[in-house]
Amino acid sequence: MASSRHEVGAKSYPWLVYILAPLLALGLQSLLSLHFGFFALIDLPLLVTIYYAISRREPISATLVGAAIGIAQDGLTHHPLGIFGISKSVVGYVAASLGVRVDTEHRGTRMLLTLAFSLGQTAVLFLLERHMLGQPYAWQWLHELLKGTLNALVAVILFALLDLTRSRE
Amino acid sequence: MESFFSRYRNALVLIAVLLAQVIGLATQVRRPGQSASDKGSVRLIRAWSVGLVSIPERLLHATGHGIRGVWMNYVDLIHVRQQNKSLQSQLDSLRLEEASLAEDARQGQRLQTLLGFQEKYIYRTVAAQVIGTSGTEQSHVIFIDKGSKDGIAADMPVITPDGIVGKTRDVFAHTSQVLEISDVTSGAGVIMVDTRIQGVLRGNSWGQPEIVNLSPDGRIRAGEPVVTSGGDSIYPRGLAVGTVDRVVSQPEGTLVNVLVKPAANLARLEEVLIITSTGSQMPAAMQTDLSDAQQRASDILAERLPSREDPNAPAANAQGQSGQNPAGQATKTGPDLSLPTPPPQPPAAVHPDRYSTSSVPPADEMVPGQRASAPSVPSATSSGQPAAAPDSGSGSAAAPRHPAAPSGNTAAPKKSSAPAPGTTPDTSSVPVKKPPAQPPATTTPASPAPAQPKPATPQPAAPQRRN
Repeated sequence: MASSRHEVGAKSYPWLVYILAPLLALGLQSLLSLHFGFFALIDLPLLVTIYYAISRREPISATLVGAAIGIAQDGLTHHPLGIFGISKSVVGYVAASLGVRVDTEHRGTRMLLTLAFSLGQTAVLFLLERHMLGQPYAWQWLHELLKGTLNALVAVILFALLDLTRSRE
Repeated sequence: MESFFSRYRNALVLIAVLLAQVIGLATQVRRPGQSASDKGSVRLIRAWSVGLVSIPERLLHATGHGIRGVWMNYVDLIHVRQQNKSLQSQLDSLRLEEASLAEDARQGQRLQTLLGFQEKYIYRTVAAQVIGTSGTEQSHVIFIDKGSKDGIAADMPVITPDGIVGKTRDVFAHTSQVLEISDVTSGAGVIMVDTRIQGVLRGNSWGQPEIVNLSPDGRIRAGEPVVTSGGDSIYPRGLAVGTVDRVVSQPEGTLVNVLVKPAANLARLEEVLIITSTGSQMPAAMQTDLSDAQQRASDILAERLPSREDPNAPAANAQGQSGQNPAGQATKTGPDLSLPTPPPQPPAAVHPDRYSTSSVPPADEMVPGQRASAPSVPSATSSGQPAAAPDSGSGSAAAPRHPAAPSGNTAAPKKSSAPAPGTTPDTSSVPVKKPPAQPPATTTPASPAPAQPKPATPQPAAPQRRN
């Protein structure tokens, strides 16, 4: 069932979109956070990773895309490379695996998935930073829920925009 | 076996990717004391990431800057003239303030030289535009549009006119990464201005700078300024850091952390200065500024005052002054603390009579040994030099300075000269600690002693001080 659903629902995109969308996400994330402080709560690279994972429904490619986007995001921080890489690899793999089983075209589903993956990524970051690197990492449920909800709302708009870039079959 | 790999292919790829990244992560973790710089391959990946992101950021920033420049420089010029006038006034006030601080600065420098203290002066700064951030909450990092080609190196302090921002971390050719003081991994030596408590400033998990691991001290109050202590060998001493926000106890232990509200607005940084060169000698430009400060302040005061002559001063004062100090050096305006405080000058008489000070001829017209034509006598001149032996108890002889005339119409009190032969010793020349109360009119009682006007002896020039 999974494979048939994968074959039916998988979307393809022009190769340029695979390059430009993550770069644009990284650039906008870096630039908008400078002028709008609340934008640091939104994680555009995470949303792009989730979108391609649930659209392509290929866990291997989603894992690799997540790793690449995460490492590029690590490059903009002063943290060791791999913090965001690991977390986005996990998110990409799980999102692609779930995308086979649930209807990812529905807005409500997309919102719930994004909320869950936002919390999941923070949990992985918390584990890596706090228990692997020994760095302080603040976890506050209210803050994380607010962050996840904000990302879910932005995801609805962003996913609709990215849907427009699909290749016509 | 083949079926195992094909069946668990996805999971195996995920494990392989994660394992590779964990190993890569482990190789980057540094022990305390190791250099903070990245290894070659890591640095290369960072350079690629920053290069890819910084190019569109530069373009967007330049476009926005251009549009804003056109609007600000050609369109939005309302109230500019009024603002310019206000700023000019503010500049004058600051120049006066600078003049008053210049002497303190020189004195401080002399004392530091005596104590062998190595002060760091800022020699050169490079202005840079902030073009981006890390984009995450966990990493308080900004990117600036200046790099190694512009003379930037790692661990250079980054400041704004309001206060410190952080230090440069990774420097690329045309871009640099700045680690803010609000980051968990940052560190700066700071000192609280009032309590003189020193500590290490770093960011907490919520991105607010705090001075960590201090002993509880009841003197620490909110609002106390915090400046750099210079102990970290990165930030020069005395740069503004912020103000104390509140004191929080550590969950474990007896120490406290002091949360600091940063002086620089770290959330809205647009332009920063990178200190690229410091030294122990005061820069020539700063020395020139200090030297010119007093001169400029004097000019400003001269422009503000209607004239250097006090219009409220009695006419006799001017006469006496001109007679006694023809060189015109009695333009002292400020109080001279090195000399005894003279008694106040009596105001001008409404109805002058023979006892009025104005009826006394100038000293240069007097002849030694000859009585003055006027029946009056000894009267005080405005210079503080009693003309002859007056009633020592009156205290009215020495009236050198009009308290309400700071503009230079009075001279500094002069040292008493020896009395001329045959004259009564000038008792009034003894410094009077507290003059008796003066009548409103200058009705100085005449002394019954023979009047011996003092010859116009050359007076030592009063120490002149600029305003």
